[in-house]
Amino acid sequence: MATRVYVPRETAAVSVGADDVAIAIARCAKENSESIELVRNGSWGATWLEPLVEVLVDDKRIAYGNVAAGDVPALFDAGFLRGGENKNRLGAINEIPYLINQDRWTFWRCGLVEPLNIDDFRAHQGFKAFEKAVGMGAEAVIEAVKTSGLRGRGGAGFPAGIKWQTVADAEGEQKYIACNADEGDSGTFSDRILMEGDPLGLIEGMMISGFAVGATRGYIYLRSEYPLTHSILSRAIDTARDAGWLGENIQDSGFDFDIELHLGAGSYVCGEETAMLESLEGKQGIVRYKPPLPAHEGLFGAPTVVNNVVTLASVANIMNLGGEKYASFGVDRSKGTLAFQLAGNIKRGGLVEKGFGITLRELIEDWGGGTASGRPVKAVQVGGPLGAYLPAEQLDTPLDYEAFIEIGAMVGHGGIVVFDDTANMAQQARFAMEFCAIESCGKCTPCRIGSTRGVEVIDRMIAGTERAANYDLLVELCDTMEGASLCAMGGMTPFPVRSVLKYFAEDFASAVGADE
Amino acid sequence: MTHEPYDKKTASDIVTSFGARPEMLVQILHAFVDRFAWISEDAIRQLAAELNLSRAEVHGVVSYYHDFRTEAPGKHIVKICAAEACQAMGSRKLSAHATAELDGEDVTLEPVYCLGNCACSPAIMVDGKTYGRVSNERFDEIMASLGESG
Repeated sequence: MATRVYVPRETAAVSVGADDVAIAIARCAKENSESIELVRNGSWGATWLEPLVEVLVDDKRIAYGNVAAGDVPALFDAGFLRGGENKNRLGAINEIPYLINQDRWTFWRCGLVEPLNIDDFRAHQGFKAFEKAVGMGAEAVIEAVKTSGLRGRGGAGFPAGIKWQTVADAEGEQKYIACNADEGDSGTFSDRILMEGDPLGLIEGMMISGFAVGATRGYIYLRSEYPLTHSILSRAIDTARDAGWLGENIQDSGFDFDIELHLGAGSYVCGEETAMLESLEGKQGIVRYKPPLPAHEGLFGAPTVVNNVVTLASVANIMNLGGEKYASFGVDRSKGTLAFQLAGNIKRGGLVEKGFGITLRELIEDWGGGTASGRPVKAVQVGGPLGAYLPAEQLDTPLDYEAFIEIGAMVGHGGIVVFDDTANMAQQARFAMEFCAIESCGKCTPCRIGSTRGVEVIDRMIAGTERAANYDLLVELCDTMEGASLCAMGGMTPFPVRSVLKYFAEDFASAVGADE
Repeated sequence: MTHEPYDKKTASDIVTSFGARPEMLVQILHAFVDRFAWISEDAIRQLAAELNLSRAEVHGVVSYYHDFRTEAPGKHIVKICAAEACQAMGSRKLSAHATAELDGEDVTLEPVYCLGNCACSPAIMVDGKTYGRVSNERFDEIMASLGESG
């Protein structure tokens, strides 16, 4: 019988050679007259081990980490098709501490299943949650989501159940589900891992959402920087449609639902929900005034649920577990799990799904193993480019929405970017303003003009020109941007800037170009 | 990457394949870039006519998004991630190295703000393919391999 070998087809794995490894394995198998079945799974999220190859031996998946194409002949010599010992061998995948110590509620199928195989998906509870939802009825589904306490995982953390209720109650012939897959924050890749590893899971979540609010059409707005994701997701949509899980009268449920996949075009601000809706309508991604809320007047003016990928994918889990069970996990008003992403200067980077309340230190030290460079942690940016830079002294802060707001930071989409002590934080503050200047949609003045002025003021501080006066000016500019910008782009760019002023002010004097 | 010169008939077929729906403008522009590498003034004129939009509207969309270039790119397009996670792993140095190495080459070098490969920083994209853990040496190897394949 053919031996099953798994090689991820996932952006990070492929970016470090997984395709070449797959080709080498196929070639060596042929040369050695071994019969193999090569499966291209998603990633488990232990990105530091990629390319991570697995072999199915006696019902156990034996993992081999950091496999290069050049290692493959040696793997065959070591008998890896029978789980042979070798320098890359890690043991059974379900015994790797990095993975087994997580709470894999939403990402449990990632790595495990064949992403585009609908039978495999069905064999792993696929569409069970949708069937359950149809059996419960729309109102009960919304109640369960409310009970679960699920908050939007895209960054803003708005309660999903309340949003769904608003759309369900809104007047309108046509309603829409708009899935925000414009994962633009640096340090985040959980949406991508889910869409590449369990695309049908996202489709199921959108179906449930559509059923609950009475929407028959869904859109996925995927960023163009994810070409492999686009290929996998578009095939998943076709696969689901061909199997009768999208389209009219899905599986005789009487419910019609279909999904259209749109690509973004390199604009960060299109991750803001109203800019995303504009872009979905084929226009410039310029932020809209709120109100009206998208739940009342969203895509093409119709009531629209705008939710992030992970939010929608979490819903299937809530259906299967029940709202109470989901809410029993996490802390206070941060319920359930979040897929944290360890990125930047970190030894063991990757995706770690854990219940809220875990501390930054646990994630960075226990999972991440400290910095990749081996040097001390200087700063950690949580929640993307609009998130604060936290000093090492704050690593014991628990990750929950409210605890982070208290220290002037945000959990956001769960991205954690680590910097070692060689980083100059004045340069990072400058970059926050520069990035805002590049990506501002230009609609409101504080963001459009303020960001450019911010770069200039910081440059003067770095150069040592009237540093105290420019410090005051920068604080005032931050106040203006925070208070008067239309959306989070201009409104939160001051967060990283202020955090640098507060915790790393001495870096202005030591930045490149500083003359004081 | 192989592209073809702008051609009115091909362009028209692309517009038709999207049902000539004006709300598909961003998607149509992507298809144009895939096919012709960049968006010409002729393309803007034609899109405006076929989608029943003003030229100003089409121009506005083209100029708003980073993806829609209005000049022919070099033979290869190299994007270096300039966002925070890659900065933390030395992308500023990599970018300086690339700028020096590619000087005088027929290559378009530009920054990109996150490729979602932040656990394998620094990351780059070359002709639409993402690479991770890119040291200066690995960068040179990647560029050399492009030369081999033409």
